Amino acid sequence: MTVNTGDVSKKTQKMSDLIYKYMRPEHLPHIWCPGCGNGIIMRDVAQAIENLGLSRNQTIIVSGIGCSSRAAGYMDFNTIHTTHGRALAFATGIKLANPELEVIVIAGDGDLAAIGGNHLIHAARRNIGLTVVCMNNNIYGMTGGQYSPTTPTGEFGTTAPYGNLDRSFDIAGLAYGAGASYAARGSAYHVQQTVSLIQEGIRNRGFSIIDVASVCPTYYGRKNKKGSAVDMLKWQRDNAVTPEQAAKMTPEELHGKLVIGLLHHTQYPEFTYQYNELIERLAKEREDHE
Amino acid sequence: MGKIVLMQGNEACVEGAIAAGMRFYAGYPITPSTEIAERSALRLPQVGGKFIQMEDEIGSIACAIGASVAGVKAMTATSGPGFSLKQENLGYACLAEIPLVVVDVQRQGPSTGMATSPSQGDVMMARWGTHGDHPMITLSPSSVKECYDLVIRAFNLSEKYRTPVIFLMDEIVGHLREGMEITPEDEIEIVNRPTVLYPDPKRKPYQMKKGQLVPKMAPFGKGQRYNITGLIHDESGFPTNSNAEAEKLLHRLMHKISDNYEDIVQTEEVGMEDAEVAIFCYGGTMRAAMSAMEEARAKGIKCGIFRPVTIWPFPEKELRKAAGKLKKIIVAEHNYGQLLLEVQRVAGSMCEIEFVGKYNGSVITPEEILEKAVNSK
Amino acid sequence: MSRMEIRLAGSGGQGVILASVILAEAAVIAGKYTAQSQSYGPEARGGACKAETLISDAPIGFTKVRHPDFLMALTQKSLDKYGKDVPERCLVLMDDSLTAIPELDPEKTVRYPILKTAAEKVGRIQTANVVAVGCINSLLHLADHESIRKAVLMHVPAGTEEINLKALEAGIELVNKAEHA
Repeated sequence: MTVNTGDVSKKTQKMSDLIYKYMRPEHLPHIWCPGCGNGIIMRDVAQAIENLGLSRNQTIIVSGIGCSSRAAGYMDFNTIHTTHGRALAFATGIKLANPELEVIVIAGDGDLAAIGGNHLIHAARRNIGLTVVCMNNNIYGMTGGQYSPTTPTGEFGTTAPYGNLDRSFDIAGLAYGAGASYAARGSAYHVQQTVSLIQEGIRNRGFSIIDVASVCPTYYGRKNKKGSAVDMLKWQRDNAVTPEQAAKMTPEELHGKLVIGLLHHTQYPEFTYQYNELIERLAKEREDHE
Repeated sequence: MGKIVLMQGNEACVEGAIAAGMRFYAGYPITPSTEIAERSALRLPQVGGKFIQMEDEIGSIACAIGASVAGVKAMTATSGPGFSLKQENLGYACLAEIPLVVVDVQRQGPSTGMATSPSQGDVMMARWGTHGDHPMITLSPSSVKECYDLVIRAFNLSEKYRTPVIFLMDEIVGHLREGMEITPEDEIEIVNRPTVLYPDPKRKPYQMKKGQLVPKMAPFGKGQRYNITGLIHDESGFPTNSNAEAEKLLHRLMHKISDNYEDIVQTEEVGMEDAEVAIFCYGGTMRAAMSAMEEARAKGIKCGIFRPVTIWPFPEKELRKAAGKLKKIIVAEHNYGQLLLEVQRVAGSMCEIEFVGKYNGSVITPEEILEKAVNSK
Repeated sequence: MSRMEIRLAGSGGQGVILASVILAEAAVIAGKYTAQSQSYGPEARGGACKAETLISDAPIGFTKVRHPDFLMALTQKSLDKYGKDVPERCLVLMDDSLTAIPELDPEKTVRYPILKTAAEKVGRIQTANVVAVGCINSLLHLADHESIRKAVLMHVPAGTEEINLKALEAGIELVNKAEHA
């Protein structure tokens, strides 16, 4: 596949309205490989923002390091491309400093659940009003295909030449277990549903995680003989089950399936809201005192 | 005179920071800096600010950077092991030009070392701890009062130059309580970062106009949609692989500090007018030097003190000037000889240099310094 | 009083640091220069603990005790450790439950039942540090009665003001009674 990097201004005319409105055409095309699922997921995020009518000036996109992290640079919001694993900690600072802002974190599976795993569980525990979209491709793509915390047991990566011995994380389940008030899973294939899951995640006042199955044909797919990008997307289509179906299945039946949909949604007090209440309470106590 | 209050160095650091406009603190408990977190937790919500205890040291500095990006003056504090952990994001703040104050209350290392014992072993880490070439400003207080006043200056420099400033304390001043006068508000100079709100959409976020020290900063959510990255970037704020752009950026970052040396560097000289012997010291070690100098003078030795208040950039011009009139410099520091290397570099050919170092968790005494002063001639 | 160096020693949890802070506060109220510091181990309770208060009419350089003018020991271990090399002029206050060590000059040593007074007379062993403050202030005349009360109130936990003032008075009385005896 060849990519025309020539006259960008003419190209933007042909881009869809969504891209023209929410992306930075001058920084496209993106660096993701042909067939990568990340572009689809980035578009899902933009579509969710469009559907909700969020202000571009008040929306912050925070990313870490890795393939997923490049999304921040392509999206026309206030964007910050931080350090590996730390997107959630940066985002926590932004949100707590100015709770008016809508803060969306785009992270990868290694970024979010390995080096950033501590921040994931603690941000979830605080139920701070952040929305995390995980571009979960089951591999470290940027560094060339090492196994990640979501690489299934027995599968291959450049650092798992004999097959991965580790068990893999269910990122959405992990975050929910740690205290997130909203947890869902989407996929690159299930565009409409994923958009709506992200949308609901943003609307949730509290910590929301949307673990989105991406596809990495270049490394994960090739290392594990998953076929082409299209084959990988078809696999998502053919192996998706709803949480309701999953509830009736045995662990053996569930093996190798992708549970897509809203997994959990509960209400807990949101952290920055509680902090503002504290400030108001102290101000009032002082006033009463004076 | 303002009211005299008894305060601990760590507490004075928080009060000074609040006076400077600090309204966000993210930290993690670690001895001997914990009182900074505790007092921030108590005081910040009282003044409409925010405190958060993060899950770890790395998250703490990341969180503070995030708050600064949103336009709020932020601080984090730690001690040796935590300072090691913060280094990567310290470099991020240098490169992305995010104002931030990082306090390190030094303790005896390496590793977990001796948690409650004083040290000044992080001096070189303060300069070179994060990877890659980077600018760095480091200030070191030697009294409770100075913890208050100098942290204000740390914030001011950080804001003015859009760069993280290390406030390098040590256990001696951090845990010391002294009576101090709270500096009256109208005597405090506050510097705020050059800010741009709702600019022309075509404005490049890291563009420099003539006469500007640093690019104006747009707080997130205030009208300029732009990108911040830890990658080498051009004026647009987007990553570039251009070698020319990389060189240009590094050059600008280094020079915004080195070209303003006179503004940034502060030293204190005591009794140096006629001194033949000078005690070179900083931070809590200054206190032993004060007593040593007094006792040396009583013995007829013309002794003075040269103290860098700004540790980085190293005050080499001032030291060179002072060394020209000296027979000897006694470098006293609580480490194996770190700033000693700088003193040797700057003044090694000008006068004799002796070293009093402590690296066993105990405090350098006036006698130990005095002994070196007496044995000159 | 050009420079007075006070060292308080005991074990963690006895409130030795707080006593030292209260003395420093009293010095500030009295318009003196002061420097207060401590050294302690990792234990919150039970480890060796040493706290120091320097009080002076002039700005204070070195912030640690070099030649103590006054030493208080609340545990045998701390008396053994810090009592053996005090200068001749140093006044030593020891809890009367402790055994004097040969290095101490009996002329410069006083013993009072600080721990017992806190436990029995005040009714709470935790107030031993404030009983000690009362003793020390009466021995050294650091601050007037009003100032030392104020200093105590500034540093004891909310809700314990009354019992701590009782402890302070009990400490003062220990010394006064002995002096008038």
